[in-house]
Amino acid sequence: MWESIESVVPLSSWLTPGRTLFLFIHLLGVVCFAYIVARRLVPLIRSQRDPRFDRPLARAGKVLKFWLGQWKHPRYKVAGTLHILIFAGFILLAARAFSVLIIGVSPNFVMPGFAGNSGRWYEAATDYAATVVFLCMIFAIVRRLVFKPARYGVPAQFGKAHTADAIFLLALIAILMVADSLFEGAKAAAQAQQGQLAELTTVLSLPWMFKTALANSSIPLLGTLYFSAYLLHEVTFYFLLCYRPFGIQFHVETSLFNIYFSKLDKSTLKPVKWGVSDEQLGDLKSFGVKTFEDFTWKHILDFYSCADCGRCSDNCPANAVGRPLSPRFISIKARDYAFRHYPMFGHTGNGQPLVGSIYSPDEIWSCTTCGACEAECPLLLEYIDKIVDMRRGMVDDGNVPQSLQKPLKALESRGNPYGKLEKKRADWASTKEFQKICPVKTLDGKGGAENLYFVDSITSYDDRMQSIGRATARILDHVGEDFGILGAAEKDSGHEVRRFGEETLFTALRDHNADAIRSCGAKRIVTADPHAYNALKHDYKDVPPVEHISQVIARGVKSGKIQFNPAENRDSVYTYHDPCYLGRHNGIYDDPRAVLDAIPGLKRVEMKRSRDRSFCCGGGGLMLFYEPKEDQRMGVKRVQMAAEAGANVIVTACPFCMVNIEDAIKVAGLEGKMTAIDLAELADKQIAREGAVAEAASVAEAQQESVAGG
Amino acid sequence: MEILVCVRRVPDTSENEITLNGAGNDIERDELVYSINEPDNYAVEEALQVAARVGGKVTVVTVGGEEDEEILRREMAMGANEGALITDAAFEGSDGRGIASILKAFVQKGNYDLVLTGVQAEDGGAQVGGMLAAMLDYPFASLVNSIEVLDGKKLKISREIEGGNKEISEIDLPCVLSIQTGINEPRYVGMRGIRAVASVPISNYGVAELSLDAGAVGAAAAKVKRLDYFVPALSKGAEMLAGSREENVERLAELLAAKGGLK
Amino acid sequence: MARIFAYIVHRSGVPDDSAAELAAAAKKIDATAQTTAIVTGQGPDLDNVCSAVRSSFAEVWKIANDALAHLNAELIRKALVKVLPPGSIVLVAHEHFGIDLAPGLSVKLNAAYVSDVLGTDAIEGNHLKIVRQEFGGQVSSHVRCDISSGAVLTIRPGAFRPQQNAALNGNILDKSGEIGSLTAGRRYLQTIAAEAGDVDITKHAILVSIGRGIQEKDNVGIAQDLADALDAAVSCSRPVVDAKWLEKSRQVGSSGKTVKPKVYLACGISGSFQHLAGIKGNPFIVAINKNPKAPIFQVADVGIVDDILEFLPELTSKVREVRGIPAK
Repeated sequence: MWESIESVVPLSSWLTPGRTLFLFIHLLGVVCFAYIVARRLVPLIRSQRDPRFDRPLARAGKVLKFWLGQWKHPRYKVAGTLHILIFAGFILLAARAFSVLIIGVSPNFVMPGFAGNSGRWYEAATDYAATVVFLCMIFAIVRRLVFKPARYGVPAQFGKAHTADAIFLLALIAILMVADSLFEGAKAAAQAQQGQLAELTTVLSLPWMFKTALANSSIPLLGTLYFSAYLLHEVTFYFLLCYRPFGIQFHVETSLFNIYFSKLDKSTLKPVKWGVSDEQLGDLKSFGVKTFEDFTWKHILDFYSCADCGRCSDNCPANAVGRPLSPRFISIKARDYAFRHYPMFGHTGNGQPLVGSIYSPDEIWSCTTCGACEAECPLLLEYIDKIVDMRRGMVDDGNVPQSLQKPLKALESRGNPYGKLEKKRADWASTKEFQKICPVKTLDGKGGAENLYFVDSITSYDDRMQSIGRATARILDHVGEDFGILGAAEKDSGHEVRRFGEETLFTALRDHNADAIRSCGAKRIVTADPHAYNALKHDYKDVPPVEHISQVIARGVKSGKIQFNPAENRDSVYTYHDPCYLGRHNGIYDDPRAVLDAIPGLKRVEMKRSRDRSFCCGGGGLMLFYEPKEDQRMGVKRVQMAAEAGANVIVTACPFCMVNIEDAIKVAGLEGKMTAIDLAELADKQIAREGAVAEAASVAEAQQESVAGG
Repeated sequence: MEILVCVRRVPDTSENEITLNGAGNDIERDELVYSINEPDNYAVEEALQVAARVGGKVTVVTVGGEEDEEILRREMAMGANEGALITDAAFEGSDGRGIASILKAFVQKGNYDLVLTGVQAEDGGAQVGGMLAAMLDYPFASLVNSIEVLDGKKLKISREIEGGNKEISEIDLPCVLSIQTGINEPRYVGMRGIRAVASVPISNYGVAELSLDAGAVGAAAAKVKRLDYFVPALSKGAEMLAGSREENVERLAELLAAKGGLK
Repeated sequence: MARIFAYIVHRSGVPDDSAAELAAAAKKIDATAQTTAIVTGQGPDLDNVCSAVRSSFAEVWKIANDALAHLNAELIRKALVKVLPPGSIVLVAHEHFGIDLAPGLSVKLNAAYVSDVLGTDAIEGNHLKIVRQEFGGQVSSHVRCDISSGAVLTIRPGAFRPQQNAALNGNILDKSGEIGSLTAGRRYLQTIAAEAGDVDITKHAILVSIGRGIQEKDNVGIAQDLADALDAAVSCSRPVVDAKWLEKSRQVGSSGKTVKPKVYLACGISGSFQHLAGIKGNPFIVAINKNPKAPIFQVADVGIVDDILEFLPELTSKVREVRGIPAK
């Protein structure tokens, strides 16, 4: 065959002898790929509906930011840079890959718009792109083998290491780049020898290196190399195309869709079933996710799209303290289940329950819904909805840990998880001393107010947290807000009830509270509890807009209504711990910091993990009753982080954070060396008040402290 | 296996503050929340587990009034197949023996292999199970913390005795067992489950249906009558230390030293 | 007047502490009564028990039968029904065996039944006015019992103080021949001892005992710190074991261990009678509880209303200071 190439012949005809072969490979590859994708779509068709086709412009915007813009990737510098380069390379090489494939069948094919000069610039760019991708592959392989980043490791309970498969894929991509570059380099070398206008091979690129190395090779050899490289390229390309849907590389195809269809309404929870209204819920035979097919198609697409990067589990606080949960393996195990039960040939689906087979109940109960995983995932995978859905399924089956059954029962009978009497819910405000300095009115129809202070259960009943309630009331009073509380008519916001899968009880609490809120006539709601804030903002419908107390204080500082006395203790170093439901879920990071920075002389440091990388304190609501299997408390890790940052006072803006952190200070043995204070408590303490008000305030403070036990 | 569980609706122990009423002769009942007696709930869960293991049906029964239906429904939401309410004005004021006679009549109407009760209720009586068994001439065991079905005719059971030890016995069916808490982990029953059984019919049984002699039950037949509730004056009681925490710690340390606790 | 009988539980030839308490209760019910102790069993152990209880009772009925070697309420009931005269008042200790025996016995004797008796007036005509508790000891009640056809009463251990001057020297009558043959639908197989934990709380003179007030497993360390400082052991009430925060071997109470320490610190324990039933020997009881109305304050010698999670660490520091132990 190659004899005919001895003479000067148009290089494009070097491939002609293989034309049939190439065509065959094209057809085989495309058909296989189509079949594989069709099989992969089967579980999506069997699964639940999920309306993600609205607001196309917003969705396109997300594609631009997170897919094209690789927005989340730089959060891990090395891997992020690598991936951005690889991704950019792939995007750039896309047109070239297409052209190369077609050339084998239609030798003179030139991509429309890529003729002439633009084609030359494109060639130059792709030369470098292929080189960079190749180098990235080498770097990535070395990184996997030598540096072994911890987050790629597979703990024993989750199976064997994924390294071999990862390196296999990286190597294949490297081979693809080499094949492409050899293809170009061989051609360029031949053209140079024949005096033809050489296609540009850019200096120091891979094709250029091949061209240089092959500069003096014989034409027949070049022909062989050219043909072989082409074949190798085509085979590798189609092999990769058909292999990707069998592993984590499927994200190459699915990522665009996964990001397009990702959730637009951050921090909302999926309803029990899309398309089923609250009134129709009673007709459903089953709640929640029990079998694989109970997931929605988008959830299954998520499982396909997981790139096994481990960033989620690396930031998951439950994982960090040794709980059985690792978000990465929620996805990987489900994906493996899909592959196993929806194979390329044969019987599909087996309807077995997931919890109790691929997942353990503790794995699912361990999640505090902090959202660190979702904040980190570059592919915008959604975890909280899946965990909540599986909890709904367990609750439906009665499979609830004993430790949670008591508070749930108490919530049902008394509207709070402690089983305390409803009529005592407002006792925190009605002590004689407090009434004197800050009377708090109860909005029970006899008088209204502009603002409703929604206190929620822990602040109402826990005698330590009641001081947050009093501080909040005094701040509202100081800035002149007309406010009241619901008192005994208030029930638990139900925030964790919902997130622990007890949707029916949540609905009852929500409807009761929403009615009470609407009847009280308030135009705005304020709360010091980020969980209540999140519930009122996202879980409740048709209630007035809600604010967190930190926003009120920040506004007061800005407007001058609130002036602070200087910080007393010059040795105190403060650090602010971002509560998950204030910071990560609702984006309120700056107001609390502005408040602290407005206190003259207050020294503040940032912990390494702050803002949307804040480390969950351990969770709130029902999570305080759950008894997890763990090596350590999340709160203990957090106070150690504060100590590392050089702080000796932790400021937080959530009563649950306060419980966990104060607890952790004792458990970590840091009593006397570290204290915790709530933002509202601190602000209340530092507010510069005048005359008699100030005196009464300090008397009340002293009394509050003695009640709280000093 | 046909299993009957006798249950009772009581003021919930962890969600109420038990105080005397204004008149000082009863507890304040105005704001009480009620639920199923905790040991009875364990008994129902045990019945469900036994029925799941060997096949069978679980019926829950209570003696009371309309307000007691809610706990029957809750146990049916948990999985009990049938609920029965024994109600009749003639039953009011019955003592423990009276209740046991009523239940005896009910048991004899059915064909139960196993009758379970909780070991005791809020009044600490711990009597109905044992009385019922004696009236029926069925063997009885109290404080049962494990049940193994040997065959259709007998069970191997474990009773809780002193020191945390377990007394293992064999007992013939039909029998009556009173169940101790901690025998199992009862499954959760949520609002949704309860709503699902909200309209399931519950049969009512009165004096006539049970062919009872009205003279054997009710207040007139009761040999034991509660006269009142009271809170005893703290006669002996503790010497309460009432200082600040620091002062209390000091004083307590002194007392401990005096008692030989701090050598 | 009705005859009063006391059923005596015994182990290894030694009568239970409740025996003398039952005698005291009988005296309270009827100061003139000649109370009879009934003891069942077999072999030399039985004889030893009969000899031991003679001092507290006017008469002792001994019922020996091989079938009665192990406590089987079904068989014992059959025996008692054969020998007890109609209209008798029968006293049994309110514990594992009493709960098993007494209700059924009252039915077979056609007698009234009152359980967990804390106190009683003397008989008045056909009635007995009895003091009981309900709601885990949160309230007490007076109960009137019609004893015209007799009564079976279970007596709370520790409620009646044994009389010191009892030296009755009762006759021992052998009633073994009157009971006929004994069979029952329940047959004893074996006793399985509770798993031995690392610590034997019955051997410690000082116990730091925790209840639900410890709130969670991680806080148990707070109690352990105090116990270490006092050279004591940590024990607990039933809810702590049910929650799996401590092993069963640490449980004090009627379904746990019986302890006789010198000092008992009840921390966050409400004081239910089942728990207190495990405390014998009249130790110095210190109660620390957030709830000023907790029943434990009625039996404690010293009471402090405070949160144990805050109080105990301070007490630990103080104890370490006094004993010269360095902090951890």
